[in-house]
Amino acid sequence: MAVVVYIESENGTPKKAGLEVASYGRALADAHGVSLVAVGFNLTDHERLNVFGVDKLYNIDTQGGVHFDVERYSEALAQVATKVSASLMVVSSSADGRYIGPIVAIKTDAAYMSNVVGLPSQYGPLQVKRTCFTNKAFNETQSTKERVVLSLSSNSYGLHEKPGTAEVLSGDYPVSSNSLKVESVEKATDKVSIADADIVVSGGRGLKGPENWHLIEDLADVLGAATACSKPVSDMGWRSHSEHVGQTGKPVASNLYIAIGVSGAIQHLAGINASKVKVVINSDPEAPFFKAADYGIVGDAFEVVPVLTEKLKARMQ
Amino acid sequence: MNILVCISNVPDTTSKINFKEENTAFETQGVQFIINPNDEFGLTRAVWFQQKVGAKVTVVNVGDASCEPILRKCLAIGADQALRVDLQPKDGFEVATQLAAICKKESYDLIITGRESIDYNGGMVGGMLATLLEIPYVANCIQMDIASDEVSVQREIDGGKESLSATLPLVIGAQKGLVEEKDLIIPNMRGIMQARQKPLEVVPPEAAAPASKVQAFEKPAEKGPVKLVDAEDIDGLIDLLENEAKVL
Ligand SMILES: Cc1cc2nc3c(=O)[nH]c(=O)nc-3n(C[C@H](O)[C@H](O)[C@H](O)COP(=O)(O)OP(=O)(O)OC[C@H]3O[C@@H](n4cnc5c(N)ncnc54)[C@H](O)[C@@H]3O)c2cc1C
Repeated sequence: MAVVVYIESENGTPKKAGLEVASYGRALADAHGVSLVAVGFNLTDHERLNVFGVDKLYNIDTQGGVHFDVERYSEALAQVATKVSASLMVVSSSADGRYIGPIVAIKTDAAYMSNVVGLPSQYGPLQVKRTCFTNKAFNETQSTKERVVLSLSSNSYGLHEKPGTAEVLSGDYPVSSNSLKVESVEKATDKVSIADADIVVSGGRGLKGPENWHLIEDLADVLGAATACSKPVSDMGWRSHSEHVGQTGKPVASNLYIAIGVSGAIQHLAGINASKVKVVINSDPEAPFFKAADYGIVGDAFEVVPVLTEKLKARMQ
Repeated sequence: MNILVCISNVPDTTSKINFKEENTAFETQGVQFIINPNDEFGLTRAVWFQQKVGAKVTVVNVGDASCEPILRKCLAIGADQALRVDLQPKDGFEVATQLAAICKKESYDLIITGRESIDYNGGMVGGMLATLLEIPYVANCIQMDIASDEVSVQREIDGGKESLSATLPLVIGAQKGLVEEKDLIIPNMRGIMQARQKPLEVVPPEAAAPASKVQAFEKPAEKGPVKLVDAEDIDGLIDLLENEAKVL
Protein backbone atom coordinates (compact mmCIF):
# COMPACT_ATOMS: atom_id res chain seq x y z
CA MET A 1 0.00 0.00 0.00
CA ALA A 2 1.16 3.51 -0.69
CA VAL A 3 0.19 7.05 -1.47
CA VAL A 4 1.47 8.23 -4.86
CA VAL A 5 2.02 11.90 -5.66
CA TYR A 6 2.87 13.54 -8.98
CA ILE A 7 5.71 16.06 -8.60
CA GLU A 8 5.43 18.79 -11.21
CA SER A 9 8.65 20.44 -12.17
CA GLU A 10 10.14 23.17 -14.28
CA ASN A 11 13.63 22.70 -15.71
CA GLY A 12 14.24 19.74 -13.43
CA THR A 13 13.23 21.52 -10.22
CA PRO A 14 10.03 20.63 -8.36
CA LYS A 15 7.46 23.43 -8.47
CA LYS A 16 5.76 24.72 -5.36
CA ALA A 17 2.55 22.95 -6.39
CA GLY A 18 4.56 19.70 -6.50
CA LEU A 19 5.97 20.27 -3.04
CA GLU A 20 2.53 21.06 -1.62
CA VAL A 21 1.23 17.82 -3.07
CA ALA A 22 4.15 15.93 -1.49
CA SER A 23 3.43 17.58 1.84
CA TYR A 24 -0.24 16.65 1.63
CA GLY A 25 0.63 13.13 0.48
CA ARG A 26 2.86 12.71 3.54
CA ALA A 27 -0.09 13.47 5.82
CA LEU A 28 -2.28 10.96 3.94
CA ALA A 29 0.44 8.32 4.09
CA ASP A 30 0.84 8.86 7.85
CA ALA A 31 -2.92 8.57 8.38
CA HIS A 32 -2.85 5.21 6.59
CA GLY A 33 0.50 4.09 8.00
CA VAL A 34 1.85 3.54 4.47
CA SER A 35 4.74 4.93 2.47
CA LEU A 36 4.79 8.03 0.28
CA VAL A 37 5.90 7.40 -3.28
CA ALA A 38 6.60 10.37 -5.54
CA VAL A 39 6.69 10.28 -9.32
CA GLY A 40 8.64 12.98 -11.12
CA PHE A 41 10.01 13.38 -14.63
CA ASN A 42 13.58 14.34 -15.49
CA LEU A 43 14.20 15.85 -12.05
CA THR A 44 17.73 17.11 -11.55
CA ASP A 45 17.19 18.82 -8.24
CA HIS A 46 15.16 16.48 -6.06
CA GLU A 47 16.83 17.02 -2.69
CA ARG A 48 13.98 19.29 -1.67
CA LEU A 49 11.63 16.33 -1.70
CA ASN A 50 13.50 14.96 1.32
CA VAL A 51 12.30 17.95 3.29
CA PHE A 52 8.70 16.88 2.78
CA GLY A 53 9.07 13.25 3.75
CA VAL A 54 8.99 11.42 0.43
CA ASP A 55 10.00 7.77 1.04
CA LYS A 56 10.59 6.76 -2.55
CA LEU A 57 11.00 8.77 -5.71
CA TYR A 58 10.54 7.34 -9.16
CA ASN A 59 12.50 9.82 -11.21
CA ILE A 60 11.50 8.97 -14.73
CA ASP A 61 13.82 9.78 -17.55
CA THR A 62 11.84 10.51 -20.70
CA GLN A 63 14.96 10.36 -22.86
CA GLY A 64 15.12 13.94 -23.93
CA GLY A 65 11.41 14.78 -23.85
CA VAL A 66 11.33 18.26 -22.34
CA HIS A 67 7.62 19.03 -22.44
CA PHE A 68 4.78 17.72 -20.35
CA ASP A 69 3.61 14.66 -22.24
CA VAL A 70 0.17 13.64 -21.10
CA GLU A 71 0.20 10.19 -22.69
CA ARG A 72 3.58 9.22 -21.33
CA TYR A 73 3.20 10.81 -17.92
CA SER A 74 -0.24 9.37 -17.25
CA GLU A 75 0.97 5.92 -18.25
CA ALA A 76 3.98 6.17 -15.95
CA LEU A 77 1.88 7.35 -13.02
CA ALA A 78 -0.65 4.59 -13.56
CA GLN A 79 2.06 1.93 -13.80
CA VAL A 80 3.89 3.09 -10.70
CA ALA A 81 0.58 3.32 -8.82
CA THR A 82 -0.23 -0.25 -9.78
CA LYS A 83 3.25 -1.50 -8.91
CA VAL A 84 3.20 -0.02 -5.40
CA SER A 85 -0.53 -0.82 -4.87
CA ALA A 86 -1.47 2.81 -4.37
CA SER A 87 -4.81 3.45 -2.73
CA LEU A 88 -4.51 7.21 -3.04
CA MET A 89 -2.94 9.34 -5.74
CA VAL A 90 -2.56 13.09 -5.55
CA VAL A 91 -2.00 15.69 -8.27
CA SER A 92 -2.06 19.47 -8.00
CA SER A 93 -4.73 21.71 -9.44
CA SER A 94 -2.41 23.25 -12.03
CA ALA A 95 -3.39 23.01 -15.70
CA ASP A 96 -1.22 19.88 -16.04
CA GLY A 97 -2.40 18.36 -12.75
CA ARG A 98 -6.06 18.66 -13.67
CA TYR A 99 -5.29 17.33 -17.13
CA ILE A 100 -3.61 14.17 -16.01
CA GLY A 101 -5.80 13.38 -12.96
CA PRO A 102 -8.96 12.05 -14.65
CA ILE A 103 -6.87 10.09 -17.16
CA VAL A 104 -4.88 8.36 -14.42
CA ALA A 105 -8.15 7.68 -12.57
CA ILE A 106 -9.56 5.71 -15.51
CA LYS A 107 -6.28 3.87 -16.09
CA THR A 108 -6.19 2.74 -12.45
CA ASP A 109 -9.94 2.22 -11.96
CA ALA A 110 -10.03 5.00 -9.37
CA ALA A 111 -12.52 7.70 -8.47
CA TYR A 112 -11.40 11.26 -9.22
CA MET A 113 -12.10 14.30 -7.06
CA SER A 114 -10.94 17.76 -8.02
CA ASN A 115 -10.63 21.05 -6.09
CA VAL A 116 -9.99 19.28 -2.80
CA VAL A 117 -9.45 21.86 -0.06
CA GLY A 118 -8.06 19.94 2.90
CA LEU A 119 -7.27 16.61 4.46
CA PRO A 120 -9.99 13.95 4.11
CA SER A 121 -12.83 14.23 6.61
CA GLN A 122 -12.99 10.44 6.60
CA TYR A 123 -10.87 7.51 5.39
CA GLY A 124 -12.54 4.29 4.24
CA PRO A 125 -14.61 5.14 2.33
CA LEU A 126 -12.59 8.22 1.57
CA GLN A 127 -14.47 11.48 1.91
CA VAL A 128 -13.14 14.95 1.10
CA LYS A 129 -14.34 18.51 1.08
CA ARG A 130 -14.12 20.19 -2.31
CA THR A 131 -15.30 23.43 -3.81
CA CYS A 132 -18.17 23.52 -6.29
CA PHE A 133 -20.34 26.10 -8.05
CA THR A 134 -17.07 27.92 -8.79
CA ASN A 135 -16.31 28.63 -5.13
CA LYS A 136 -19.87 29.61 -4.26
CA ALA A 137 -20.17 26.40 -2.21
CA PHE A 138 -18.41 23.28 -0.94
CA ASN A 139 -19.43 19.67 -1.02
CA GLU A 140 -18.40 16.59 0.90
CA THR A 141 -17.79 13.87 -1.66
CA GLN A 142 -17.35 10.21 -0.88
CA SER A 143 -15.67 7.65 -3.07
CA THR A 144 -17.42 4.44 -4.02
CA LYS A 145 -14.18 3.00 -5.41
CA GLU A 146 -11.24 1.57 -3.53
CA ARG A 147 -8.73 3.83 -5.20
CA VAL A 148 -8.98 7.59 -5.47
CA VAL A 149 -7.13 10.29 -7.39
CA LEU A 150 -7.34 13.68 -5.69
CA SER A 151 -6.49 17.04 -7.23
CA LEU A 152 -5.54 19.41 -4.43
CA SER A 153 -6.47 23.11 -4.68
CA SER A 154 -3.34 25.21 -4.64
CA ASN A 155 -2.41 26.91 -1.36
CA SER A 156 -5.16 24.97 0.43
CA TYR A 157 -2.83 22.72 2.45
CA GLY A 158 0.48 24.58 2.41
CA LEU A 159 3.99 23.27 2.91
CA HIS A 160 4.67 21.25 6.06
CA GLU A 161 8.22 20.03 6.52
CA LYS A 162 8.93 16.49 7.59
CA PRO A 163 12.55 15.68 6.85
CA GLY A 164 13.57 12.22 5.68
CA THR A 165 15.57 10.61 2.94
CA ALA A 166 13.98 9.48 -0.27
CA GLU A 167 15.21 6.39 -2.03
CA VAL A 168 15.61 7.40 -5.66
CA LEU A 169 14.68 4.93 -8.38
CA SER A 170 14.84 5.51 -12.08
CA GLY A 171 12.84 3.95 -14.84
CA ASP A 172 10.95 4.72 -17.95
CA TYR A 173 7.49 3.75 -19.06
CA PRO A 174 7.39 4.57 -22.75
CA VAL A 175 4.07 4.41 -24.53
CA SER A 176 3.74 2.46 -27.75
CA SER A 177 2.57 5.41 -29.80
CA ASN A 178 2.13 9.08 -29.14
CA SER A 179 -0.81 10.59 -30.95
CA LEU A 180 -0.25 14.04 -29.45
CA LYS A 181 2.93 15.85 -30.21
CA VAL A 182 3.98 19.15 -28.66
CA GLU A 183 5.18 21.43 -31.46
CA SER A 184 5.97 24.52 -29.44
CA VAL A 185 5.41 26.19 -26.09
CA GLU A 186 4.97 29.90 -25.60
CA LYS A 187 5.52 30.96 -22.07
CA ALA A 188 6.63 34.19 -20.48
CA THR A 189 9.69 33.11 -18.52
CA ASP A 190 10.16 36.37 -16.68
CA LYS A 191 6.69 36.40 -15.15
CA VAL A 192 5.01 34.25 -12.54
CA SER A 193 1.83 32.57 -13.70
CA ILE A 194 -1.53 33.09 -12.01
CA ALA A 195 -1.53 29.46 -10.92
CA ASP A 196 1.88 29.64 -9.26
CA ALA A 197 1.59 33.11 -7.76
CA ASP A 198 1.29 33.89 -4.06
CA ILE A 199 0.05 37.35 -4.96
CA VAL A 200 -2.15 38.37 -7.90
CA VAL A 201 -2.77 41.98 -8.97
CA SER A 202 -5.86 42.32 -11.11
CA GLY A 203 -7.21 45.21 -13.19
CA GLY A 204 -10.73 45.92 -14.41
CA ARG A 205 -12.49 48.24 -16.77
CA GLY A 206 -11.92 51.05 -14.25
CA LEU A 207 -8.39 51.41 -15.63
CA LYS A 208 -9.93 52.91 -18.77
CA GLY A 209 -7.55 51.44 -21.34
CA PRO A 210 -4.57 49.18 -22.02
CA GLU A 211 -2.20 52.15 -22.00
CA ASN A 212 -2.73 52.43 -18.23
CA TRP A 213 -1.70 48.87 -17.43
CA HIS A 214 1.72 49.99 -16.22
CA LEU A 215 -0.12 50.75 -12.96
CA ILE A 216 -0.94 47.06 -12.58
CA GLU A 217 2.39 45.81 -13.91
CA ASP A 218 4.53 48.07 -11.74
CA LEU A 219 2.66 47.07 -8.60
CA ALA A 220 2.89 43.40 -9.57
CA ASP A 221 6.63 43.76 -10.21
CA VAL A 222 7.30 45.12 -6.75
CA LEU A 223 5.29 42.33 -5.16
CA GLY A 224 6.59 39.53 -7.40
CA ALA A 225 2.94 39.03 -8.29
CA ALA A 226 1.12 37.70 -11.34
CA THR A 227 -1.16 40.04 -13.30
CA ALA A 228 -4.79 39.27 -14.02
CA CYS A 229 -7.85 41.05 -15.42
CA SER A 230 -11.64 40.95 -15.55
CA LYS A 231 -13.52 39.40 -18.46
CA PRO A 232 -14.48 42.59 -20.35
CA VAL A 233 -10.86 43.69 -20.23
CA SER A 234 -9.79 40.55 -22.09
CA ASP A 235 -12.86 40.60 -24.37
CA MET A 236 -11.93 44.11 -25.49
CA GLY A 237 -8.40 42.94 -26.17
CA TRP A 238 -6.82 45.22 -23.59
CA ARG A 239 -5.11 42.17 -22.11
CA SER A 240 -4.56 38.60 -23.25
CA HIS A 241 -7.21 35.96 -22.53
CA SER A 242 -4.75 34.10 -20.38
CA GLU A 243 -5.16 36.85 -17.77
CA HIS A 244 -8.97 36.57 -17.61
CA VAL A 245 -9.97 35.33 -14.17
CA GLY A 246 -13.39 34.42 -12.83
CA GLN A 247 -16.10 31.89 -13.39
CA THR A 248 -15.43 31.58 -17.11
CA GLY A 249 -11.72 32.35 -16.86
CA LYS A 250 -8.94 31.09 -14.65
CA PRO A 251 -9.54 30.33 -11.00
CA VAL A 252 -7.39 32.17 -8.48
CA ALA A 253 -6.41 30.77 -5.09
CA SER A 254 -3.58 33.09 -4.10
CA ASN A 255 -2.65 34.31 -0.64
CA LEU A 256 -3.32 37.91 -1.64
CA TYR A 257 -5.58 39.19 -4.42
CA ILE A 258 -5.56 42.91 -5.18
CA ALA A 259 -8.41 44.11 -7.39
CA ILE A 260 -8.08 47.54 -8.98
CA GLY A 261 -10.98 49.12 -10.84
CA VAL A 262 -12.89 45.83 -10.77
CA SER A 263 -16.56 46.14 -9.76
CA GLY A 264 -16.86 42.66 -8.23
CA ALA A 265 -19.57 41.07 -10.38
CA ILE A 266 -20.74 37.69 -9.08
CA GLN A 267 -18.97 35.85 -11.94
CA HIS A 268 -15.70 37.60 -11.18
CA LEU A 269 -15.92 36.98 -7.43
CA ALA A 270 -16.80 33.32 -7.91
CA GLY A 271 -13.49 32.69 -9.57
CA ILE A 272 -11.26 34.52 -7.12
CA ASN A 273 -13.01 33.79 -3.84
CA ALA A 274 -10.65 31.02 -2.88
CA SER A 275 -7.92 33.63 -2.39
CA LYS A 276 -7.11 34.11 1.27
CA VAL A 277 -6.91 37.88 1.55
CA LYS A 278 -8.66 40.23 -0.86
CA VAL A 279 -7.96 43.94 -1.27
CA VAL A 280 -10.08 46.26 -3.40
CA ILE A 281 -9.22 49.70 -4.73
CA ASN A 282 -12.26 51.28 -6.36
CA SER A 283 -13.61 54.84 -6.67
CA ASP A 284 -17.20 53.71 -6.11
CA PRO A 285 -17.97 52.93 -2.45
CA GLU A 286 -21.05 50.99 -3.63
CA ALA A 287 -19.01 48.59 -5.79
CA PRO A 288 -20.00 45.03 -4.82
CA PHE A 289 -16.33 44.08 -4.39
CA PHE A 290 -16.31 45.88 -1.04
CA LYS A 291 -18.68 43.21 0.30
CA ALA A 292 -16.27 40.45 -0.68
CA ALA A 293 -12.99 42.10 0.28
CA ASP A 294 -11.00 42.04 3.52
CA TYR A 295 -9.41 45.44 3.00
CA GLY A 296 -10.50 48.28 0.80
CA ILE A 297 -9.66 51.77 -0.29
CA VAL A 298 -12.34 53.99 -1.78
CA GLY A 299 -10.28 56.06 -4.16
CA ASP A 300 -9.06 56.79 -7.64
CA ALA A 301 -6.75 54.06 -8.86
CA PHE A 302 -4.70 56.58 -10.82
CA GLU A 303 -3.80 58.32 -7.58
CA VAL A 304 -3.72 55.46 -5.08
CA VAL A 305 -1.86 52.78 -7.01
CA PRO A 306 1.34 54.73 -7.86
CA VAL A 307 1.70 55.74 -4.21
CA LEU A 308 1.18 52.16 -3.07
CA THR A 309 3.78 50.94 -5.56
CA GLU A 310 6.33 53.57 -4.50
CA LYS A 311 5.86 52.88 -0.81
CA LEU A 312 6.16 49.13 -1.28
CA LYS A 313 9.27 49.65 -3.37
CA ALA A 314 10.84 51.78 -0.64
CA ARG A 315 9.92 49.15 1.94
CA MET A 316 11.50 46.32 -0.03
CA GLN A 317 14.83 48.13 -0.22
CA MET B 1 -16.78 14.69 -40.40
CA ASN B 2 -18.92 13.62 -37.47
CA ILE B 3 -18.76 15.83 -34.38
CA LEU B 4 -20.28 15.10 -30.97
CA VAL B 5 -20.63 17.99 -28.52
CA CYS B 6 -21.36 17.05 -24.91
CA ILE B 7 -23.64 19.53 -23.22
CA SER B 8 -24.15 20.13 -19.53
CA ASN B 9 -27.21 21.90 -18.12
CA VAL B 10 -25.99 24.36 -15.46
CA PRO B 11 -27.39 27.20 -13.37
CA ASP B 12 -27.03 30.65 -14.89
CA THR B 13 -23.85 32.38 -13.72
CA THR B 14 -25.80 34.94 -11.67
CA SER B 15 -27.74 32.27 -9.74
CA LYS B 16 -27.88 32.34 -5.98
CA ILE B 17 -26.74 28.93 -4.85
CA ASN B 18 -28.95 27.31 -2.21
CA PHE B 19 -29.45 23.78 -0.97
CA LYS B 20 -32.43 21.75 0.23
CA GLU B 21 -33.19 18.42 1.90
CA GLU B 22 -30.81 19.15 4.77
CA ASN B 23 -28.12 20.40 2.43
CA THR B 24 -27.98 17.23 0.39
CA ALA B 25 -29.45 18.60 -2.85
CA PHE B 26 -29.17 21.72 -4.97
CA GLU B 27 -32.25 23.95 -4.86
CA THR B 28 -33.32 24.34 -8.48
CA GLN B 29 -36.41 26.40 -7.68
CA GLY B 30 -36.16 29.83 -9.25
CA VAL B 31 -32.90 28.96 -10.99
CA GLN B 32 -32.51 29.60 -14.70
CA PHE B 33 -30.53 26.89 -16.52
CA ILE B 34 -28.16 27.55 -19.38
CA ILE B 35 -25.77 25.67 -21.66
CA ASN B 36 -22.53 25.35 -19.70
CA PRO B 37 -20.45 28.29 -21.07
CA ASN B 38 -17.41 26.11 -21.88
CA ASP B 39 -19.66 23.72 -23.82
CA GLU B 40 -21.14 26.65 -25.73
CA PHE B 41 -17.69 27.72 -26.92
CA GLY B 42 -17.21 24.13 -28.12
CA LEU B 43 -20.60 23.98 -29.83
CA THR B 44 -19.93 27.25 -31.62
CA ARG B 45 -16.67 25.86 -33.02
CA ALA B 46 -18.49 22.69 -34.09
CA VAL B 47 -21.12 24.75 -35.95
CA TRP B 48 -18.26 26.59 -37.64
CA PHE B 49 -16.90 23.24 -38.93
CA GLN B 50 -20.41 22.34 -40.05
CA GLN B 51 -20.66 25.51 -42.12
CA LYS B 52 -17.10 25.35 -43.49
CA VAL B 53 -16.62 21.67 -44.22
CA GLY B 54 -20.11 20.20 -43.88
CA ALA B 55 -19.49 18.45 -40.59
CA LYS B 56 -22.49 16.83 -38.95
CA VAL B 57 -23.00 18.10 -35.41
CA THR B 58 -24.73 15.99 -32.77
CA VAL B 59 -25.24 17.29 -29.24
CA VAL B 60 -25.67 14.97 -26.29
CA ASN B 61 -26.70 15.51 -22.70
CA VAL B 62 -26.84 13.01 -19.88
CA GLY B 63 -29.77 14.24 -17.85
CA ASP B 64 -33.47 14.08 -17.19
CA ALA B 65 -36.27 15.66 -19.25
CA SER B 66 -35.71 19.04 -17.59
CA CYS B 67 -32.55 19.37 -19.73
CA GLU B 68 -34.44 19.33 -23.03
CA PRO B 69 -34.83 23.12 -23.34
CA ILE B 70 -31.06 23.61 -23.53
CA LEU B 71 -30.78 20.81 -26.11
CA ARG B 72 -33.42 22.63 -28.17
CA LYS B 73 -31.34 25.75 -27.79
CA CYS B 74 -28.29 23.87 -29.12
CA LEU B 75 -30.38 22.81 -32.12
CA ALA B 76 -31.46 26.43 -32.63
CA ILE B 77 -27.80 27.49 -32.52
CA GLY B 78 -27.15 25.05 -35.35
CA ALA B 79 -26.62 21.46 -34.17
CA ASP B 80 -28.17 18.90 -36.53
CA GLN B 81 -29.53 16.48 -33.97
CA ALA B 82 -29.68 15.90 -30.24
CA LEU B 83 -29.46 12.90 -27.96
CA ARG B 84 -30.45 12.76 -24.33
CA VAL B 85 -29.32 9.86 -22.19
CA ASP B 86 -32.16 9.57 -19.74
CA LEU B 87 -30.32 9.54 -16.45
CA GLN B 88 -29.76 12.02 -13.65
CA PRO B 89 -26.01 11.49 -13.22
CA LYS B 90 -24.33 11.45 -9.81
CA ASP B 91 -20.80 12.26 -10.87
CA GLY B 92 -18.57 12.97 -13.84
CA PHE B 93 -17.46 9.36 -14.10
CA GLU B 94 -21.06 8.29 -14.62
CA VAL B 95 -21.46 10.92 -17.35
CA ALA B 96 -18.24 9.79 -19.05
CA THR B 97 -19.35 6.15 -18.93
CA GLN B 98 -22.69 6.97 -20.58
CA LEU B 99 -21.00 9.12 -23.21
CA ALA B 100 -18.50 6.36 -23.96
CA ALA B 101 -21.42 4.03 -24.67
CA ILE B 102 -22.86 6.59 -27.11
CA CYS B 103 -19.47 6.91 -28.85
CA LYS B 104 -19.23 3.16 -29.26
CA LYS B 105 -22.55 2.99 -31.09
CA GLU B 106 -21.67 5.61 -33.68
CA SER B 107 -18.20 6.76 -34.62
CA TYR B 108 -17.32 10.39 -34.08
CA ASP B 109 -14.17 12.02 -35.45
CA LEU B 110 -14.19 14.82 -32.95
CA ILE B 111 -15.75 14.84 -29.50
CA ILE B 112 -16.01 18.15 -27.69
CA THR B 113 -16.67 18.52 -23.98
CA GLY B 114 -16.35 21.69 -21.93
CA ARG B 115 -13.16 22.22 -19.93
CA GLU B 116 -15.36 21.86 -16.86
CA SER B 117 -18.95 22.48 -15.89
CA ILE B 118 -19.55 25.56 -13.81
CA ASP B 119 -21.75 23.73 -11.28
CA TYR B 120 -19.75 20.76 -9.99
CA ASN B 121 -16.45 21.90 -11.52
CA GLY B 122 -15.39 18.28 -11.74
CA GLY B 123 -13.26 18.86 -14.83
CA MET B 124 -13.13 15.15 -15.54
CA VAL B 125 -15.61 14.18 -18.26
CA GLY B 126 -13.39 14.87 -21.29
CA GLY B 127 -10.27 13.15 -19.96
CA MET B 128 -12.21 10.16 -18.69
CA LEU B 129 -14.22 9.78 -21.89
CA ALA B 130 -11.08 9.88 -24.04
CA THR B 131 -9.32 7.35 -21.83
CA LEU B 132 -12.34 5.02 -21.85
CA LEU B 133 -12.32 5.23 -25.66
CA GLU B 134 -8.51 4.92 -25.76
CA ILE B 135 -8.13 8.06 -27.83
CA PRO B 136 -6.20 11.25 -26.95
CA TYR B 137 -7.54 14.21 -25.03
CA VAL B 138 -6.51 17.85 -25.21
CA ALA B 139 -7.58 19.82 -22.14
CA ASN B 140 -8.13 23.60 -21.94
CA CYS B 141 -8.33 23.83 -25.71
CA ILE B 142 -8.08 27.41 -27.00
CA GLN B 143 -7.62 26.80 -30.70
CA MET B 144 -8.27 24.03 -33.15
CA ASP B 145 -7.87 23.59 -36.88
CA ILE B 146 -8.31 20.55 -39.07
CA ALA B 147 -6.79 20.06 -42.50
CA SER B 148 -7.68 16.61 -43.87
CA ASP B 149 -6.47 14.32 -41.06
CA GLU B 150 -3.98 16.77 -39.60
CA VAL B 151 -5.22 18.47 -36.49
CA SER B 152 -3.48 21.37 -34.84
CA VAL B 153 -4.61 22.43 -31.41
CA GLN B 154 -3.53 24.82 -28.72
CA ARG B 155 -3.79 24.13 -25.03
CA GLU B 156 -3.71 26.82 -22.41
CA ILE B 157 -1.05 26.04 -19.83
CA ASP B 158 -0.13 27.92 -16.67
CA GLY B 159 1.54 31.09 -17.86
CA GLY B 160 1.25 30.46 -21.57
CA LYS B 161 0.11 28.13 -24.29
CA GLU B 162 1.24 24.97 -25.99
CA SER B 163 0.75 24.07 -29.66
CA LEU B 164 0.23 20.42 -30.48
CA SER B 165 -0.38 18.30 -33.49
CA ALA B 166 -2.88 15.50 -33.12
CA THR B 167 -4.83 12.95 -35.06
CA LEU B 168 -8.52 12.11 -35.21
CA PRO B 169 -10.46 10.76 -33.45
CA LEU B 170 -9.82 13.20 -30.65
CA VAL B 171 -11.53 14.57 -27.56
CA ILE B 172 -11.02 18.23 -26.64
CA GLY B 173 -11.96 20.23 -23.54
CA ALA B 174 -13.32 23.52 -24.86
CA GLN B 175 -13.03 26.94 -23.28
CA LYS B 176 -13.03 30.58 -24.30
CA GLY B 177 -10.44 31.12 -27.01
CA LEU B 178 -11.65 28.19 -29.11
CA VAL B 179 -14.07 30.86 -30.28
CA GLU B 180 -14.41 34.36 -28.90
CA GLU B 181 -17.33 35.73 -26.93
CA LYS B 182 -18.42 37.75 -29.98
CA ASP B 183 -18.62 34.57 -32.09
CA LEU B 184 -21.32 33.02 -29.89
CA ILE B 185 -24.50 32.50 -31.88
CA ILE B 186 -27.75 33.97 -30.58
CA PRO B 187 -30.50 31.84 -32.11
CA ASN B 188 -32.80 33.72 -34.47
CA MET B 189 -36.47 33.00 -35.14
CA ARG B 190 -35.66 30.77 -38.09
CA GLY B 191 -33.20 28.76 -36.03
CA ILE B 192 -35.74 28.35 -33.25
CA MET B 193 -38.43 27.20 -35.69
CA GLN B 194 -36.06 24.75 -37.38
CA ALA B 195 -34.96 23.38 -34.03
CA ARG B 196 -38.50 22.15 -33.37
CA GLN B 197 -38.28 19.89 -36.44
CA LYS B 198 -34.82 18.52 -35.70
CA PRO B 199 -34.54 15.10 -34.06
CA LEU B 200 -34.12 14.89 -30.27
CA GLU B 201 -33.77 11.26 -29.37
CA VAL B 202 -34.06 9.92 -25.82
CA VAL B 203 -31.65 7.05 -25.21
CA PRO B 204 -31.96 4.67 -22.24
CA PRO B 205 -28.86 4.65 -20.00
CA GLU B 206 -26.37 1.80 -19.78
CA ALA B 207 -26.12 -0.01 -16.47
CA ALA B 208 -23.17 1.64 -14.72
CA ALA B 209 -22.34 2.96 -11.27
CA PRO B 210 -20.89 6.33 -10.29
CA ALA B 211 -17.42 6.49 -8.72
CA SER B 212 -18.39 8.99 -6.04
CA LYS B 213 -21.37 10.57 -4.40
CA VAL B 214 -22.00 13.92 -2.80
CA GLN B 215 -22.86 13.50 0.86
CA ALA B 216 -23.63 17.12 1.70
CA PHE B 217 -23.29 20.70 0.50
CA GLU B 218 -22.14 23.63 2.51
CA LYS B 219 -21.98 27.36 1.92
CA PRO B 220 -18.86 29.32 2.76
CA ALA B 221 -18.90 31.07 6.13
CA GLU B 222 -20.23 34.61 6.09
CA LYS B 223 -17.42 37.04 5.65
CA GLY B 224 -16.82 39.84 8.13
CA PRO B 225 -17.12 43.43 6.92
CA VAL B 226 -14.36 45.01 4.85
CA LYS B 227 -11.79 47.12 6.69
CA LEU B 228 -11.70 50.45 4.93
CA VAL B 229 -8.47 52.40 4.79
CA ASP B 230 -8.39 56.08 3.87
CA ALA B 231 -7.05 56.78 0.38
CA GLU B 232 -4.45 59.08 1.95
CA ASP B 233 -3.27 56.43 4.38
CA ILE B 234 -1.40 53.99 2.15
CA ASP B 235 1.03 53.23 4.99
CA GLY B 236 -1.97 52.07 7.01
CA LEU B 237 -2.89 49.56 4.29
CA ILE B 238 0.67 48.25 4.03
CA ASP B 239 0.81 47.89 7.80
CA LEU B 240 -2.44 45.85 7.85
CA LEU B 241 -1.27 43.59 5.02
CA GLU B 242 2.07 43.06 6.67
CA ASN B 243 1.16 42.72 10.34
CA GLU B 244 -2.48 41.71 10.47
CA ALA B 245 -3.05 39.67 7.32
CA LYS B 246 0.64 38.66 7.14
CA VAL B 247 0.61 38.37 3.36
CA LEU B 248 3.55 40.59 2.43
C1 LIG C 1 -21.95 34.12 -18.44
C2 LIG C 1 -21.07 35.20 -17.86
C3 LIG C 1 -19.80 34.84 -17.41
C4 LIG C 1 -18.94 35.83 -16.89
N1 LIG C 1 -17.71 35.44 -16.43
C5 LIG C 1 -16.88 36.39 -15.93
C6 LIG C 1 -15.59 36.05 -15.46
O1 LIG C 1 -15.18 34.88 -15.50
N2 LIG C 1 -14.78 37.01 -14.98
C7 LIG C 1 -15.18 38.33 -14.92
O2 LIG C 1 -14.38 39.17 -14.47
N3 LIG C 1 -16.38 38.69 -15.36
C8 LIG C 1 -17.24 37.75 -15.87
N4 LIG C 1 -18.46 38.14 -16.35
C9 LIG C 1 -18.74 39.59 -16.48
C10 LIG C 1 -19.21 40.22 -15.21
O3 LIG C 1 -20.60 40.09 -15.10
C11 LIG C 1 -18.85 41.73 -15.21
O4 LIG C 1 -19.42 42.33 -16.34
C12 LIG C 1 -17.36 42.01 -15.21
O5 LIG C 1 -16.69 41.25 -14.21
C13 LIG C 1 -17.11 43.48 -14.97
O6 LIG C 1 -15.77 43.79 -15.19
P1 LIG C 1 -15.09 45.03 -14.49
O7 LIG C 1 -15.24 44.91 -13.04
O8 LIG C 1 -13.72 45.14 -15.04
O9 LIG C 1 -15.90 46.27 -15.11
P2 LIG C 1 -17.04 47.17 -14.51
O10 LIG C 1 -18.14 46.37 -13.94
O11 LIG C 1 -17.32 48.16 -15.55
O12 LIG C 1 -16.35 47.86 -13.26
C14 LIG C 1 -15.36 48.81 -13.35
C15 LIG C 1 -15.12 49.32 -11.94
O13 LIG C 1 -14.06 50.24 -11.94
C16 LIG C 1 -14.35 51.29 -11.04
N5 LIG C 1 -13.60 52.48 -11.45
C17 LIG C 1 -13.82 53.31 -12.49
N6 LIG C 1 -12.88 54.27 -12.53
C18 LIG C 1 -12.04 54.05 -11.51
C19 LIG C 1 -10.89 54.71 -11.03
N7 LIG C 1 -10.37 55.77 -11.64
N8 LIG C 1 -10.28 54.21 -9.92
C20 LIG C 1 -10.79 53.12 -9.28
N9 LIG C 1 -11.87 52.46 -9.71
C21 LIG C 1 -12.48 52.92 -10.81
C22 LIG C 1 -15.84 51.47 -11.13
O14 LIG C 1 -16.33 52.03 -9.92
C23 LIG C 1 -16.33 50.03 -11.34
O15 LIG C 1 -16.64 49.42 -10.10
C24 LIG C 1 -19.35 37.18 -16.84
C25 LIG C 1 -20.64 37.52 -17.27
C26 LIG C 1 -21.49 36.55 -17.78
C27 LIG C 1 -22.86 36.97 -18.21
